[in-house]
This record gives sequence, structure tokens and C-alpha cells, in this order.
Amino acid sequence: MEEFIQQLTNGLAVGGIYALIALGYTMVYGVLKLINFAHGDLFTYGAYLGLTLLTSLALTDRLGFVLGIAVLVLMVMGLAAVLGAILERAAYRPLRESPRLSAVVSALGASIFLQNTLMLIYGARFQVYPDDILPTATLNFFGLYLPLMRVLIVLASVVMMAALYLFIQKTRIGTAIRAAAIDQSAARLMGIDVNRVILLVFLVGPALGGVAGLMVGLYYGQVNFTMGWIYGMKAFTAAILGGIGNIPGAMVGGLLLGVIEAMGAAYISIAWKDAIAFCVLILILIVRPTGLLGERVADKI
Amino acid sequence: MKRFEPFAIALFAALLAVAPLFLNTYQVDVLNSIGLYALLALSLNLILGEAGLFNMGHAAFYAIGAYTAAILNTRYQVPILWTLPLSGLIAGLFALAVARPVVHLRGDYLLIVTIGVGEIVRIALVNDVFGLTGGANGIFGISRPKLFGFVIRQPQEFYYLIWGFVALTIFLFLRIKRSRFGRALNYLREDEVAAEGSGINTDYYKLAAFGLGAAWAGMAGTLFAAKMTIISPESFSFWESVVLFMIVILGGAGSIAGILLAAFLVIGLPELFREFAGARMLVFGLVMMVMMVVRPQGLLPARGR
Repeated sequence: MEEFIQQLTNGLAVGGIYALIALGYTMVYGVLKLINFAHGDLFTYGAYLGLTLLTSLALTDRLGFVLGIAVLVLMVMGLAAVLGAILERAAYRPLRESPRLSAVVSALGASIFLQNTLMLIYGARFQVYPDDILPTATLNFFGLYLPLMRVLIVLASVVMMAALYLFIQKTRIGTAIRAAAIDQSAARLMGIDVNRVILLVFLVGPALGGVAGLMVGLYYGQVNFTMGWIYGMKAFTAAILGGIGNIPGAMVGGLLLGVIEAMGAAYISIAWKDAIAFCVLILILIVRPTGLLGERVADKI
Repeated sequence: MKRFEPFAIALFAALLAVAPLFLNTYQVDVLNSIGLYALLALSLNLILGEAGLFNMGHAAFYAIGAYTAAILNTRYQVPILWTLPLSGLIAGLFALAVARPVVHLRGDYLLIVTIGVGEIVRIALVNDVFGLTGGANGIFGISRPKLFGFVIRQPQEFYYLIWGFVALTIFLFLRIKRSRFGRALNYLREDEVAAEGSGINTDYYKLAAFGLGAAWAGMAGTLFAAKMTIISPESFSFWESVVLFMIVILGGAGSIAGILLAAFLVIGLPELFREFAGARMLVFGLVMMVMMVVRPQGLLPARGR
């Protein structure tokens, strides 16, 4: 039982991270019907930027742990959002009217470019987060010992998801995003500036993805320039699992995939851990391509 | 322009035929790599270029061919070139089995699924599936190919084996392209709904493209295993699939000449600029982005007939 709950909470922590990344995929897909292959790399940038800012500015020494990390999160979010906007401008906007394949190839090119830029700057080796900064305490819940960092990650991702959900559902801008996702030309006729909506999506998505990268750095203590690819694929799986284009779906899908993967790694085989996520991806696309929460949309002919 | 084409092709073929006489062993080896990639890209072209199916897991089929050949050769002492038909067959059947349930998926969904298939195959190879694949170390001690009692050992000898196979492939694929089958694939790529409306069994043709392309990649895998004598899962990573995808797109989907040119550029150019090896992928990424804006149809696009 103890083992089960440890795996469950670990799965939720990883799943929260997947969900935060998946939100970026699903929002972009909702508005542009494009798989933003470079999103996983913006996640990696978040992890590396976090590491650089954490060590060079010594935020936690100056401001204390809680405030220091909060400032760090905001800085990473801001920088990742700027990168996202640049990406949209450079790689996707020129191809807005092009066939699908062109946009997909450009997205892949952007992903390869971003990844290798990072490699040339930092080198190909794993980068290690300083372990003396992070809390290593464990919390005792009725005799169950959970690492503090894991609890914080679950909490932080849930808070951010809730904030995004409220933003999308309750604000005027959020309504505009939802409208543009349903029908771009009708939204334009209603006076919504679709270009601004797209830009906004490319600010919010990478900001959340960047924080997810920072979380991975803080949780596992080490980051690698290629990690965005595998996390990106899994987060995309999570987005499809929940129903692509569907924001609550991405949250549910992320948490679910994290738990499935943790359970699979614990009770089936750890060597096949990465394959489990891909099997989930293939199964869901065969059985229910609209995802768990996705509505059935008639194919446009 | 069209008038000079036969001469250009003849000149190119003649240059390739005599090239090993003037080049050193290293340069011939680079040409061998180019030939293998050209072969793989041509097989992917059948799926991606002719039929317009986004397949980014082509390395999986290549891997299955290479491993089939290596297992048959090291365990059952089957001469490596004799395994060619069987590696092709197994890779093709595998492609049919995995493509059957997903082939109706729309463009980028298919892309994601094929990436997933490619990764699952690679992970299976690393995990020594069925105790046959040798895990992360792979399989070594694959014997040299023998052709009519002549053992092929030197890169110069492999050169003629590989490029001979490329020539055969080009001949066959040109015939396919001009056949009823090839036209059906092109119709699918241009407008699937119209194709279906005209009585083309879309699922059948899509699967046929997948099976044939994968079978060809499997045979290229056999040649790879024979050339290297050692194979391991890292030779069949996701990036191999990306490089093949890129060769087809950069050259011009559906254009055999374009794909050959792109294979020379993508595989050959980095060898000329070895001191910048670290920046190689960076440049590729940039080129992919710029090409899609400036020249999305590829360097030498296929001409309509």
C-alpha cells in the first residue's frame, strides 16, 4: 500500500508537469490546428534558464527560499513567453496560409534549431541543479512520508492549472481564445483580433511549459538539452488522451498519463517506461481519437 | 532543358560508376553512406512523397530489416545477402500490421503515431526483446556478404553493391511512379476525398505504399548490417527518421532526382565541414524553416505530367 501511494503521488507530480506542457500543445492546436513541435524545446529552455538564473543571481540566498523561487518562476515564465512569441513570429506566422506539411516541417526545424542552440551554449552533458538550495525535507501524512518537493510540485501545477482554467472560462480574453479555437473566421467577424489571440496563446503556453521545465529541474535535480523531446511527446500524448484542443482535457490527460506511467514503471517494467506512454498514445488514437473529454467533431470535407 | 536531361543523367551515372577509381577509401565510404541514405529516402518517398502519408518512424522499418538480417546471419548462418527478401518481407509485414489500424488518421496524427511506433521499436531493441536483439550493445560479428563466391570487403566493393541497388531501386520506382498504382498514390496525396469518390480504395493504396516502402527500407537495413558488421539500437534513433524525412522534403517530395541531390547535400556536406560538426543539426533546423518559406516544394520538385 505504502509503495502504491508513493507511486501514485510520484505519478501525480510527473503528471502535473505533463499537464502544464500539454496545455501549451492543446492551446496552440486549438487555435492554429498545428502541432507545435518546438514546444518541448521551450520547456527545456525553461529548465536551463531556471538553472542559470538560480545559480547566477543566487535568488534563494537573497530573498529566502519561498520568495526566491517565486521570483524565479516569474522570470522563467516571462522569458519563456518571449521565446514563444519569437518562435511564432519566426517559424509559424510566415506559414499561416501554407499547406499543413510546410508548417509541420517548419515546426520540426524550429525544434532542431532550438535544441542545438542550447547544446552549443551549454554543452551536451547533463546540467545539475545545485542540491544545497532545494529542500530535502519529507512531510509526514499519517505515517506516510512524502518528499516536500513532490508535494510542492503537485500543488503548484494544480494552482497554475486552476488559474488558467479561470482565465480561459471567466475573462473576455479567455472567451476570445475559445471563440478563435472554435471558428477563426467567425471570431474575426465578431471583432476578435485573431492575430492577437494567436500571439497570446504563444505567450501563455510557453510560459507554462517553461515553468514545467523549471519544475523538472527542481524535482530531478538534473536537466539535459534533449529532454524536451521525450517530455514533449508525452505531454502531447496527454493532450490527445484528454482530447486535443480541450483545456480541462489536457489537465486530466496529463495527470492520468503521469499516474499510468508511474504504475507501469513500478508494476510492469521500468525498462519499458517510455514505451508505455507511446502505447497509450497509439491505443487512444485507435479507440477514441477525440480523447476522453473531446467532443465528437464531424470531419470537414 | 528537357532535351539535355538524358545527357545529364548519363553523365551523372558515368561519374558515379568511375568515382571509386579516383577517390580515397574515406571518400568512397562517405559515398556509401550517401547511397544508403538515398536508398532509405527513396523508400520513404513512396510513402511520404508519392502517397503523402506523414511517416516519421521510417527508422523502425530500417531497423527491423537490419535486425532480421543480423539475427538470421549470426544465429542461423544464413549468408547475409540471402536474407534480403526475408528482411524486406518482415519489415513490410510489420509495417502493414502497425499501419492497418492507424492509416486512416489525418496527416499530423499519423506523424505522431509513426514517431511512437519508431520509439517503441527502438525501446524494444534496447530491452533485448525475445532475447534476440542483444540489448543496447546490439549484434556483432555479422559476416561479410558474398556474391558469386566473391567476398565483399573493401568500401570500394561495397560501393558497387550499394549503388547498384540504388540504380535498381530508381529503375523500379520510376516504373511504379508511371504505373496505375503510382497515379493512384499521387491522387491520394493531392485529394483524398476526390480519389475515394473516383473509386480508389484509399486504405488499400495507403497500406500498399506503407508495405512497399517499409519492405524497401528493410532491405536497405540488410545492406547496412552487411556493411557495418555491427548493429545497435542507436543507429535507428528518432533522428534517423527525421534526417530521412528531411531528405525527402528538401529534395522535393515525389522527385527521385531531388531526393538524390538532397541525400548528397544532407549526408555529404557535413563531411566537408567537419570542423563545424557540432553546428550541423543547427544548420539543418534553420534550413528546414527557411526552405518552407522560400521554396516549400523542394530543391528539384517533381514535375506534373
